Amino acid sequence: MAKSLPPFQAFLDEHRAPVLSFLRSMVGPDDADDIFQETFMAAMRSYDRLDGRHPRAWVMTIARNKAIDHHRAGARRPVPRDELPEVPSPHGIPGAGADRELWSAVAALPPKQRTAVALRFAGDLAYAEVAATMDCSEEAARRSVHEGLKRLRTTVAAGMEDG
Amino acid sequence: MTPERNPVAAALRRGAAAEDTDVARATDGFLRRADSAGLIDVAYTTVDTPFGTMLLAATDRGLVRLGLPMETFDGVLDELADRISPRVVELPRRLDAARREIDEYFSGARREFDLPLDRRLITGAFAVRVLDELSQVPFGQAITYSEAALRAGSPRAHRAAGNALGSNPIPLVIPCHRVVRSGGAIGGYGGGPELKRRLLLHEGWLS
Repeated sequence: MAKSLPPFQAFLDEHRAPVLSFLRSMVGPDDADDIFQETFMAAMRSYDRLDGRHPRAWVMTIARNKAIDHHRAGARRPVPRDELPEVPSPHGIPGAGADRELWSAVAALPPKQRTAVALRFAGDLAYAEVAATMDCSEEAARRSVHEGLKRLRTTVAAGMEDG
Repeated sequence: MTPERNPVAAALRRGAAAEDTDVARATDGFLRRADSAGLIDVAYTTVDTPFGTMLLAATDRGLVRLGLPMETFDGVLDELADRISPRVVELPRRLDAARREIDEYFSGARREFDLPLDRRLITGAFAVRVLDELSQVPFGQAITYSEAALRAGSPRAHRAAGNALGSNPIPLVIPCHRVVRSGGAIGGYGGGPELKRRLLLHEGWLS
């Protein structure tokens, strides 16, 4: 018999805040709730198959795929599943003021960098988990986050110095 | 969370964090959808009583478990996940009827519970018989362990009857507190002897 799973409530309590933060940074606060719900519905349906995998990376993978589906549906044109559109999302961006500006800049990053930055900082994942979620090497995950940060620093440097 | 030296990274963490109210709203929406999709195998809630906080858990068949204040609720939830299904979530509205009846019991307005029960956590035919027979012992009365064994059809099995009572997954509603020692001592209780004494006082068997 497989190792027993914790009650789903414990799984939900542990992952819901970072999953929602990640989704808000990917699709904006207006659509994040709906995708959050779909993410945990899917996680609950296949909870038995979590068995042995890293739970945070597992649920973030589901969230990431749902966010990509959402972008694809919004774009109304076929987009390869693993790619986010290059165009900044027209949806709302979390935060206010300088933070809002920063997340607008995140939305304008190339898809890989955007996903990596959102997983690392909004989803609060370690690099190994970012890599597991994006199905790439840890080195590639670090590089995407690093390049994303570098680009963000030049884009929003002026706004950040006040804070 | 590690402190962030990079100001952009620090601002990203700060700016992305969803507020507790946002998380609560999104979670409510998820639970509503999971409930209507039939994904929730066990729903639970806690209820405050004059004798401490209790845990109530139900399947689609009925009340399956009542956790007494002495129990570790995390342990009870782990047991439910293990023995029934890991799809266990906190969903108070599924336990509205049970919570109402328990409130009425403690306020003195109710002497009998009228709730659908899921007996799947009662293991063994003898334990099922012992606990079923308890429904014949009304509020304010008590029987001895030997009598409980006799009623279940095994007059000499008073020790086994004691074990069956001790493993009662739905105490209070299945009133195992109404079984006492011959000779006046109230005997043991899963929720502790003090709770048993207070329940028997509440029902007027002790004064």
